[in-house]
Amino acid sequence: MKYLLQRIAFYVFTAWAAITLNFFIPRMVPGDPVQSLITKFQGQMSTQAINSLYVLFGLDNDKGIWGQYLDYWKQLFHGDLGLSFTFFPTPVSEVISGSIAWTLALVGITTVISFFLGTGLGVLAGWRRGSWTDGLLPVTTFLSSVPYFWLGLIAIYLLTGPGSFFPSSGGFTPGLVPAWDQYFIPSAIKHSLLPAATILISSVSGWILSMRNMMVTVASEDYITVAHAKGLSDRRVALSYAARNALLPNVSGFALSLGFIVGGTLLVEIVFSYPGLGFQLFLALGAKDYPLMQGIFLVITISVLVANLLADIAYLLLDPRTRKEG
Amino acid sequence: MTSIPTSSLEQNTPEGAAMPADTTKPPKPKRQRFRFLANGKAATGIVILGIYILFAIIGPWVAPYDPGARSNDLIQPPSAAHWFGTTHLGQDVFSQVLVGCRTVVMVGFLAGVVASILSVLIGVTAGYLGGATDDGLSALSNVFLVIPALPLIIIITSVLESANDLLVALVIGFTSWAWNARVLRAQTLSLRRRDYVEASRATGEKTWRIILFEILPNLTAVIASGFVGTVIFAVLSEITLAFIGVTSNTTWNWGTILFWAQGQQALAQGAWWWFVPAGLAIAFLGTALSLVNFAIDEFVSPRLRSAGKTKVKTASGRTVRMRVGFTPVLEAPAHADARPVPSINPHGATPVHRKETAR
Amino acid sequence: MTTSEPVLEIRNLNVDYGLGPQAVHAVRDVSLTLHRGEVLGLAGESGSGKSTLAYGMTRLLAPPGAISGGSVIYHPADGEPYDVLSLSDNDLRGFRWAETAIVFQGAMNSLNPVHKISTQLNDVLQAHDPKMSAHARNARCREMLKLVGISPDRMEAYPHQLSGGMRQRVMIGMALILQPQVVIMDEPTTALDVVMQRQILGQLIELRERLGFSVIFITHDLSLLVEFSDRIAIMYGGRIVEEAPATALYKDSLHPYSEGLLGSFPALRGPRRELAGIPGSPPDLKAMPTGCSFHPRCPKAFDPCAETIPALGHPDTPDGGTRSVACWLHPVREPVG
Repeated sequence: MKYLLQRIAFYVFTAWAAITLNFFIPRMVPGDPVQSLITKFQGQMSTQAINSLYVLFGLDNDKGIWGQYLDYWKQLFHGDLGLSFTFFPTPVSEVISGSIAWTLALVGITTVISFFLGTGLGVLAGWRRGSWTDGLLPVTTFLSSVPYFWLGLIAIYLLTGPGSFFPSSGGFTPGLVPAWDQYFIPSAIKHSLLPAATILISSVSGWILSMRNMMVTVASEDYITVAHAKGLSDRRVALSYAARNALLPNVSGFALSLGFIVGGTLLVEIVFSYPGLGFQLFLALGAKDYPLMQGIFLVITISVLVANLLADIAYLLLDPRTRKEG
Repeated sequence: MTSIPTSSLEQNTPEGAAMPADTTKPPKPKRQRFRFLANGKAATGIVILGIYILFAIIGPWVAPYDPGARSNDLIQPPSAAHWFGTTHLGQDVFSQVLVGCRTVVMVGFLAGVVASILSVLIGVTAGYLGGATDDGLSALSNVFLVIPALPLIIIITSVLESANDLLVALVIGFTSWAWNARVLRAQTLSLRRRDYVEASRATGEKTWRIILFEILPNLTAVIASGFVGTVIFAVLSEITLAFIGVTSNTTWNWGTILFWAQGQQALAQGAWWWFVPAGLAIAFLGTALSLVNFAIDEFVSPRLRSAGKTKVKTASGRTVRMRVGFTPVLEAPAHADARPVPSINPHGATPVHRKETAR
Repeated sequence: MTTSEPVLEIRNLNVDYGLGPQAVHAVRDVSLTLHRGEVLGLAGESGSGKSTLAYGMTRLLAPPGAISGGSVIYHPADGEPYDVLSLSDNDLRGFRWAETAIVFQGAMNSLNPVHKISTQLNDVLQAHDPKMSAHARNARCREMLKLVGISPDRMEAYPHQLSGGMRQRVMIGMALILQPQVVIMDEPTTALDVVMQRQILGQLIELRERLGFSVIFITHDLSLLVEFSDRIAIMYGGRIVEEAPATALYKDSLHPYSEGLLGSFPALRGPRRELAGIPGSPPDLKAMPTGCSFHPRCPKAFDPCAETIPALGHPDTPDGGTRSVACWLHPVREPVG
């Protein structure tokens, strides 16, 4: 329990650091982005909205940096992330909540599948070292060196086009209304297949490699020799002794590399124009929509932290040494 | 678009030898450097890497065309005049790839150097000094580790208006040191407890001298592996930035090529030559770097080496794979010095009943 | 207790690291017999091949280890003797632990850190007797723990919750759970303090008297062997250089290397002796000296030592029938193994 509390404290600290970072970044923006926005939407902005943007960008210079920081936190607690420039006058929080489900479904599910699939194949490759599974290694090395988004481009080029089963872009057939019904759900699944496959192919190889290396390392531990000496079946030694122990560093590795993986998967959304956070971020970048960018960064960071916490809990359940006695 | 850290260095404490103590170790190689190159993975990786570095240097001079120059051959497939075909403006893709190589390699290596220096400073200091310094620096690296790096890099570079190559390299370097720092800290911790380091400390050696002469030389492989890993990450990040149009598109890198290819509907027009060469260039560079990293990994922890010949013929005439738990009984006759002699069983020779294999 | 009936005969065993011409011969032409009920000590410096011998004869040596010749004849309590090295993988699995159990060097790392003690004890029973009921298994596990002096309520503990000594006791209990005829102990107590060492070994000898198994006890600590074993074999450079009853070896060792080993620890009883180490270091198995591999370090080396390997044989002494030595100083009456 103590271990878990420590981890939670660390994530709270990290969240604070990320939010603070997010507070300072816009202060590096040269010029006055809010002023240009006001001119663009002449007379359509309420005074309150303008104020909120000034707080966000740190342009209310009459206050000290400390006062600005406090105001920023106050806004955050009200769920106010500012107004999106691109979808003006929609608040950033609304834009994000419209796209977060898409990312969670696509990136979340494929990352978990990729981890389990890669770990499984890695167990096989590590245990049967010197057999045909070693041939997997060069292929996986190559695939893990290919940028996700380029693989997406190739997939679109090869597999989509007029008459193809796979749609080349979007999250669902245009004209459908998002709902849990028999029209929308199959369409959404169909649209997610190629992006999911792209993420899976390029991320699975990393797990295969790391699990294989862990298996090889663990295979020379004393308790594996003991397990063989006990006359246990090969399967039992491989799974209950070797893989069970090799899994531990792989789970903590999973937590640590989540940040890397999420960054890569966001780009797949861009290539497929998939309506998730990554694609929104891309649109925001094009429109210099700073509030939306910051909001998305914040949401991604918090999600990664939560996922990390879940991985920590999994580790806690897997490794008795982290559990407190009694 | 990621490099999942696959290094097992962190888990491999040098004391963790698990072979029986009697196991004979081959005599220490006299020149370890050459042995490293003898590793097939290292050799392949370094050769490919050398070709890339060569093109990074001479690329802009040997490119047949100005990468930005327009011509009338619009979207032409590969031909003798244009090896990789042309773009929608009639630009030569081959020249773009060649010229882009310099930027990619430069930014990658610069970011790698920056991140390595930071990770050594932070990781070794934390590991060596321990205490509150360690707690603070470890917390710092953990924070940088869990904050998603790529989105952070994207946000920072998009905010900085004139994001040139140098700035991009610095931003990537400053955001991607944390993993290496973590590994270095763990290694330093275990090195610090070694006898010779303890001895140096006991004799009053200055801290900086111990770190420089006793600790750092033993961390070379770990630092090298971290450097290569960061270069992979930096190359991918830099190309991503160009691909999504965050960085300026005035210089050419492979991401820029993909940016235009994507923006000008290369896919819909079937212009595969526009985006395939750049992607393959990235993939092969990444593969070469990964190979070097695997080789370093195997160099540090020999267990990971795939043991040369793994199939052996056994006494029972079958071919088996060498594996843990079932030592093969070779078919080869005993050594020249082995003599067939009777056993010392006082009751005389024991009748040997060779047990038939069940099933 | 000790009979002259053999339970395990190692004949001309050769074990290599690596294959083909690069192979390093770590165990060379070793022949050794373990009799029913006896404790056979195996001593030597690190690198002498004593652990390699133990792992080789049980086929547990990790790659690139390989057995390049010889046989290991096992005499079951009832039935015909057979060669362990020619068993199929499946038969070998059945043979392991049921007939020959091993207590390993790294007591700390011999237990799987993620499973409870009960799981790891149960494992063995389940693998060797799938029909045994869960209740019977559980009762047997508790009984074994009690036998080695551990309270059965530690069954549900994880290895990290036990002390080093307790873990090694658990390993001994686990080794005896199937009532094997042979227990191989590879440096079983090196990680423990001296008091604990003697306590555990004393307990083991007592158990041996009750249960009647034989022990191969491998250690570099000759003083422990002299105290606890019936017979001692000394290894050097992959070969056995001397083998004798423990008391005979202690009082009157023949091989200069045995003498050197005995001189490097203080006498337990009797008059004080001068302590002396053996100068030089163990031979490099990749570049073995010609002749007797000990001759570069031997204070008594003379002409033939550098040229021809001395054969292991019964020496020309009054007690020559019970011991053997491989040294040019001692004319051999009759060669063995």
